[in-house]
Amino acid sequence: MTTERLPSFGPRAATVPTARGRRLLERALAHPSLAAVAGLVVVVLFFGPVAPGLLSSAGLAGVLDSAAPLGIGGVAVALLLISGQFDLSIGMIAAGSALVTGLLVEHAGWDIWPGLLVSLAAALLVGVVNGWLVVATGLPSFLVTLATFLVLQGTALAGTGSLTESVRLDGLDAAEGWSSAEAVFGSAIGLGDGRFGISLLWWLGLTAWAGWVLWRTRFGNAVFAVGGARQAARELGVADRRTTMVLYGCTAAAGWLIGTLDVVRLGGVQATTGLGTAVELVVVAVIGGCLLTGGYGSVVGAAVGALVYATAGQGVVLAGWEPRWFEVFLGVLLLVALLANGIVRGRLRRVPLS
Amino acid sequence: MSDASAGTTVLELRNLGVHRGGVAALHRVNATFRAGEITCVLGENGAGKSTLVAVLSGLLRPDEGELLLGGRPVTFRSARAARAAGVATVWEDLAVAPLLSVWRNFFLGAEPTRGVWPLRRLDLDAARETTVRALARVGVPGIDPDRPATALRAGERQSLAIARALHFGARALVIDEPTAPMTIAQHTVLAEAVLSARDEGLAVVVVTHNPRYAHLIGDRFLLLARGHVAGDLTRKDVDADVLLRLMAGGRELTALTARLRALHPELDER
Repeated sequence: MTTERLPSFGPRAATVPTARGRRLLERALAHPSLAAVAGLVVVVLFFGPVAPGLLSSAGLAGVLDSAAPLGIGGVAVALLLISGQFDLSIGMIAAGSALVTGLLVEHAGWDIWPGLLVSLAAALLVGVVNGWLVVATGLPSFLVTLATFLVLQGTALAGTGSLTESVRLDGLDAAEGWSSAEAVFGSAIGLGDGRFGISLLWWLGLTAWAGWVLWRTRFGNAVFAVGGARQAARELGVADRRTTMVLYGCTAAAGWLIGTLDVVRLGGVQATTGLGTAVELVVVAVIGGCLLTGGYGSVVGAAVGALVYATAGQGVVLAGWEPRWFEVFLGVLLLVALLANGIVRGRLRRVPLS
Repeated sequence: MSDASAGTTVLELRNLGVHRGGVAALHRVNATFRAGEITCVLGENGAGKSTLVAVLSGLLRPDEGELLLGGRPVTFRSARAARAAGVATVWEDLAVAPLLSVWRNFFLGAEPTRGVWPLRRLDLDAARETTVRALARVGVPGIDPDRPATALRAGERQSLAIARALHFGARALVIDEPTAPMTIAQHTVLAEAVLSARDEGLAVVVVTHNPRYAHLIGDRFLLLARGHVAGDLTRKDVDADVLLRLMAGGRELTALTARLRALHPELDER
């Protein structure tokens, strides 16, 4: 290796470092989760006075309880969005895997743990099929997962109807191994008037882990690159197909976890639909700062986005308003988040004049 | 592990063929790329230059024939494998992800890690330090490795791509000349990188559209036309004008001239 420097060109980069405080401020302003944090402040300031119950321990527990599944799904969807893909089937995977567990335990008389494992395997299978279809066909993932969503929904509703008389399955808590399953997925502690469920720990743990994976591992680098510059990633030998497949597996697993937390807490399942959940999760991830075009975003932002979403939802209920106002609020929030992301994107894309 | 003695064959193509959609993008191509030599690949659009780059850098697997690295047949399963074997590429589009930071771009696909799975993580300090050092080597000192690549000037982005290829290319350097127009300064950086890589004993492959530039730096010239090798020449065989004429499509240009003159006789007067 020669140590000589090749000739430089153009004006030299400024060697005067910017003041530390200013740099920190710039970093904070450029952080993708900025909009979500700002949104959280706005929502709390807005609903604090009209719904004082929100700030009590019971209100807080309610918010966190509805935020946890949104956060778990939102984190997985955020990773997928960063890699430039959609998954509309995640809500249905949640509902469907809960149903599979319910049918195996209640209808076939299985123990709870084997039932959970089989439903996890089924969810992962759906995820792998999603991923494979997207990777192999190159079709827009929005449409591919819409198709799998429809197939799953039809199967779930029609299949359950033909196997059992009702669309509800109850009495799962009689199954063998229920107490250990409940300890893992359904336990809770009471603080004040609030009941804080273990789903919070799952949510926090998954957010922390996903954040670490995204920023500190090779896989995370691949996720960013595949979403932001697929051709460049391929030219540098990043395994773009494998990355996409793994991420679809992750969203499917997150869907399964959402479904399982629900099943174990309620001790029963109802055959439902899940397109709403999938849209909610995309909203959460976008509020959290993910660009729909991929290559940029944050899982911490998605977690905060889930908090914003849940606060608004509970706020509307506690303020005693017509629940439909929540949707209006949400629409406005989404628009603001999209605009904020647009500005961020403009800042990122702006290339200094050379 | 550079093949120190100049003149030994680093990369060799034997009867290499690549089909793209039923059409032969490369057909029975034979070529050798030697250590300490700059081979310029010249040809019109669609002559198979990009396909050749894709094969050399592991992005595309040949359908026929074989690729030899250091005398042994190799099959690069991906671009990562080629880079790991010491064949690095400066891509036509530079392969820089705009939203990733400079150091993440530098090591994308070959990140240094520490720890064991499942705690294996990026070695941030080593990555940042190496990036800064490698960029300083190609004339971009004092860069903040955490800036996003969008914050780089066009020339700095090109330098990033070059620095990366020089860092990973231990045996061969493949340069697909960027399509974006370059200033003299940027051209100089690229040429300096090419020449210093040659002096270090790498086999250098330069794909270019400019025959005069090729003649200036090249030791050998591989002419491609419609996927075939139309000529494998050395500096002794040609001067810049011959290269220009060969490159400009020879027969086609004559045919075009004749046709245009038949249609527009006034062109004769020029």
